[in-house]
Formats: sequence, structure tokens, C-alpha cells
Amino acid sequence: MSTTVIEPASSSGSSPPVGDPGNAAAEARFAQATQLQLTWWRFRRHKLALVSLIIVVLFYLVAAFADFLAVSDPHATDARRSFIPPQGIHLFDEGGFNPHVYGLKGVRDPRTFKLAYTPDPARKLPVRLFARGYTYHLFGLFETDIHLLGLEGGGRSDGIFLLGTDQLGRDLYSRMMVATRISLLIGLAGVTVSLFLGVILGGISGLYGGWVDTLIQRLIEVLRSIPTIPLWMGLAAALPNTWSVTQVYLAITIIISLIGWTELARVVRGRFLALREEDFVVAAELAGASQMRIILRHMLPSFASHVIAAVSLALPAMIVSETSLSFLGLGLRPPAISWGILLQDAQNIQVLAGAPWLLSAAVPVTVVILAFNFLGDGLRDAADPYG
Amino acid sequence: MLVYLLRRIGLAVITCVFISILTFIIIRLPPGDFVDAYIASLAASGSTVSLEQADAMRRDYGLDQPLPMQYLRWVGRVLEGDFGVSMVWRRPVAEVIGDRLWLTMLVSLAALFLTWAIALPIGIYSAVRQYSIADYIFTTLGFIGLAVPNFLLALILMYVGFRYLGLNVGGLFSTEYVQASWSWGRAWDLAKHLPLPAAVLALAGTAQLIRIMRANLLDELRKPYVVTARAKGLSEARAILKYPVRAALNPFASSIAYLFPYLVSGSIIVSLVLGLPTVGPLLLQALVAQDMFLAGAIVLLLGIMTVIGTLISDLLLTWIDPRIRLGGR
Repeated sequence: MSTTVIEPASSSGSSPPVGDPGNAAAEARFAQATQLQLTWWRFRRHKLALVSLIIVVLFYLVAAFADFLAVSDPHATDARRSFIPPQGIHLFDEGGFNPHVYGLKGVRDPRTFKLAYTPDPARKLPVRLFARGYTYHLFGLFETDIHLLGLEGGGRSDGIFLLGTDQLGRDLYSRMMVATRISLLIGLAGVTVSLFLGVILGGISGLYGGWVDTLIQRLIEVLRSIPTIPLWMGLAAALPNTWSVTQVYLAITIIISLIGWTELARVVRGRFLALREEDFVVAAELAGASQMRIILRHMLPSFASHVIAAVSLALPAMIVSETSLSFLGLGLRPPAISWGILLQDAQNIQVLAGAPWLLSAAVPVTVVILAFNFLGDGLRDAADPYG
Repeated sequence: MLVYLLRRIGLAVITCVFISILTFIIIRLPPGDFVDAYIASLAASGSTVSLEQADAMRRDYGLDQPLPMQYLRWVGRVLEGDFGVSMVWRRPVAEVIGDRLWLTMLVSLAALFLTWAIALPIGIYSAVRQYSIADYIFTTLGFIGLAVPNFLLALILMYVGFRYLGLNVGGLFSTEYVQASWSWGRAWDLAKHLPLPAAVLALAGTAQLIRIMRANLLDELRKPYVVTARAKGLSEARAILKYPVRAALNPFASSIAYLFPYLVSGSIIVSLVLGLPTVGPLLLQALVAQDMFLAGAIVLLLGIMTVIGTLISDLLLTWIDPRIRLGGR
């Protein structure tokens, strides 16, 4: 789509995307820019969205390299290291740079005679970069046992406990890395299903209009007026106990996208209705282009950015849904690890009072949702660079 | 007006039918039927049921008929107020649910009113003093409110209350009133416990509404009639509150329709964390124990109450907004 005539940016209501509006060079640049460039320029001005984009990318990097970043096997239980508070890595030792953590020492409580394991400052265990740990498959393909951090020496129960351990002695930090992967992927998978439903149904609705449109719009209204959590709980609880982790994962994805598509369908329908009357679409029709070609070649590029914005706003909702369901014990089931499952451990106030670090899984949930929301806002503003 | 009313009520009825079908699916989803589960629960407590008895029960509940017929029978029973028997509690479902449904609605409604009460003044302030420090603070708080799922907020609040204030912030009644029958004292006790869960629930909605109110009012404030009002020497408060705020309120009012289902949804999970005597914990127990009649009844009732609530809010909206009343839209 070429744009030969473009009014000066300053007169179009919003401020220009680049530099000084009086600058002729900038104006020429603006006039020649592709839509993608314009969108990027406008998006770039939204600083919060830019920062959010970086955060989201970082989160997905963590998801991709979850096992590499983990320090100990997230599934390995060890009763001896139950509820160990978070341990920092001590960077300096006797004046020199020598990162180390303390080993564990069994101490008998003088009153209860219970053996409790606490860090022992006398036993220093050096921390090494790219150390060997448990074996895993990087990207599910390459078998390796290299981890970003690892201990040199030390007993079976010793380890780096950046965020402490849970009741079963599993390292919370390692679990959180792996949980990030599962929680973010389920969001992506859910959005993909929603996107598919939303684009198809919203497209049909906007393209054909008439009773099909009415029917789909009523269906959306009906779906939106149902309280979702009880419904999800009902559907999720009905999944057979015998199902494998993967099957449950897929089923939960479908359940949470069952409602999520409505917003996407609305956006797609709205764009279809708006674009149907546009001159370039009419022109394409008159030129004898097939309907498929009009949709894919002419309409899709102009509403793709709106859909992307809607997707980035739908993703956090998906992540919250999965977290809520798993938190209730109705979503993913252990041994799967997700943020919701980590938070499930923090449900009990007595446990929480003794081990507040279990709440730390709330931090990535909040940060990623916030980042997606800002990103979505920025994308939505940038979606229509000619507006 | 009448056409709109009929259309709106028709839609509500369709929604209810849809919810009932979904509920029926939920009831029927677990493997085996109700009688199987009932026999299993009887067997667990030592008594046995003969095959003839089981078949008689199946006939009695119409389980030998095709699914659509079963659905109609079930709906018929529900319309008569018979939700079946809870397997875990061995009592009629209606009895088990009791007060809890009303308390759920009460918490959700309280959250709704709180949302309004907070969002309205802050929204106006943020729009009138756009880009002031307070505006930025409210916007940031709003975003955080939007991003933190409310059950997480409830968890953090519980922890802070327990750890630093030595309070147990859960529940809707003090211990002496939990089992008591209704009295003024109990109602007052409830009123004292209500604000916290309502506030937890209200936060996300408030954040959204503040943003809507701020955006709407900003649009209105730029219109020439506001300039005219100011030029004619109206006091600032009057020039803002009398017309632009009222015009900005319309989309605000329509937000109840989507806010209410959301609040009811949220109340389920917040109730679980805060230990409120609403249907939330009951629903989870029922689902975990596969007590499907109880779970189904709760999902159905919650859905229908939400639809009714939305309907009422829409009717209120027609009263506020003449454009809808006159069929313009």
C-alpha cells in the first residue's frame, strides 16, 4: 500500500512521530516511511511500552533458557532442606573475590529436639559459572548438564538457595524459572486458540453481517455475561484424574481460551466493518480481486497491528486465568510447575507466616502482567500510525 | 423503549438457558453418572445398594433416557426449586447453599459500590488535574491494581495483617456470630467485616473505571460548551460537575454490565483466600469431591444471579441515558 499524499504530521491532531515538525527532512522521511516504520516510531515514543517490551522479551528468554538458569533440579525433594530461607551469594571472602554460599548444618533445637538444617558460615562452598548440574534438554533437543551457576563440591543437600526452599526442600528459584516457561507458554497457547476463534468468528461476523453477525454478537454477549471463574472451575474439575500432565495442559488451554476469544472477535469485526467501506477495498473489488485476496492482501495488513495489540492485552488475562486455576488446585497438576502451582504452597497463612518467601512467585506474575498491559497500550496507540 | 426492554429481557433468558446447558454439561462431564457416584459414596460408609435398587434410582432420576431428555427433566426440577441432593453433605443442595449465595451477592455488590465510590472522585480529579503528581500516582496505583490478580492481593493483605498487625483478617463474621441467627448485632458485625474483602475485590475494577472516567472526562472538557460555561463566569466546580461529568458518566454506568460478572467471578477466589462464608469455598469443595449436583447448582445460581444483576443495571442505564430509552443507541 503506497501513500503518495500525506498531510504534515503536525496538522493531523497528534504530534509528529519524529523530531521537529518544521524540519523538512524529517517530514520527507515521514512521508516515505513504510507503515511498519511509522508504527515503530510511534511505539518508540511510548517509553513505558518500550521498557515493557524489553521486560517481556527478557521473560521469554528466561522461559527459553529455564533449565540453564535453574541451579538445582526443580523436582528433586530433600526433607533435610525443607523451608530454608533465601540465601544470598557472598561475593567476597577474606578481601578477595571468591563467590561462595554456606553449606548446611544440622542443629538440634534445645526445646523440641527437632533437627533443623541451617546455613553454616564455617563451611564455605564456592560458586562457579557454567557449572555442571542435573541433566536436561535445552529447547527439548540437546542433552546437557551445564547451568549458569553451580556449586563446586558440597554434599547432596547443599545448594544455592536464592529464594529459599519449599516444604519438600525444592529450590524455589529453580522452580520459578521452570514455572516461567510453563506459565508463559500456556498464555501463548491460549492466545493462539483464542486468536484462531476470534479471527474466524469475528471475520465472518464483520464480513457477512446480517443474521450471522447478529448470532455471533449475541453469543459473545452471552459468553461475556457469565462469571468466568466458577465456569472454568467446573470445567477444569471435570477433567479426569487419569489424564496425563500434557493432556491436562491442553485441556486447560482450551478452557481458558473459550472465553478469551470474544474480545479478539470484537476487534476483528470492528476493523472489518470499518475497512469494508474504505476506498482501497472498493477499488480492489472493482479491479476484480477475489475475496480471499482482498482480505489477505489488502485488509489484513491494515488491521494486523490492531490484532497484535489486542493479543498483547489478552495474554495477561490468560496468564492470570491459568495462575488462578492452578492456585485453586483445579488447573495444572503437580508435577507440572507453574506460577499458580508455586503460589498454591503459599495459600495457608500458617505456612506463609513461617516461610514468607513462598510468596515470591507473586512478583513475576505481577511484573509480566503489568508489562503486557503497558506493551498492549503502547501497541494500541501505535497500531494506527496514520490516525 | 418497549422493544429495547423486550430485547434485553429476551437476551437475559437466552443467556440463562445457555448457562443451564453449560451447567448440565459440567454435571455430566465426570465419568459415571450420579447413581454410580452415590453408590460409591454409600459403599464408602459401609452400606450397599442392590442392582435393582440402582436401576430403580436410575429410572427415578431419568438417567436411562437420552441426554436432551435428561437435560429437560433436570431443568424442570430446577425450576421447581429442586436442585438435587448433595452427596457429600447428604442434604438437599438448596439447604447446603443457604445463606451463602446471598452473602456472595452482598460481597460483590459492596465491591461494585466501592468501585464507584472510589473511581468517580479519583477519575474526575485525574482528568481535571491532568499530568499532576497526584494524577501520576493514581495512574500508577491503578495500573498496579489492574495487574495484581485480586487473590494475590488478598494473600498479601492476609500476610501483612497476620504478621505485622497480629490480626486474622479473614471471614465475614466474628467468632461469636458465625453460627448465630440473624439479628441487628450480626448484621452490624457483617457490615464491619465487609469493607476489606470488598476493597480487595474492587481494586482491579476501580483501576479500570478510573481510566475510563479520566479519558471520558478529558474528551468532554475539551468541548466548546465547557469553554462557554467558563467564559460566562460559572464557578470552576459548577462548570465541571454540572455538565461534563454528567456526560462522561454514561459510559461509566454501562460498565456495570461487564464489571458485575467479573466481580462475582473474583469473589469466588478471594473468598477462598480470605475464608469468607460465600459459595466460593463450597464450590471448590464440591468440585474436588465431584459432588456435581451441588457444584452445578452453584454455577447455575451464580450465573443466573449475575445475569439478573446485569439486567437490572442495564435497565437503570436506560433510566439514566435517554439515548438508549429512545432507541437511538
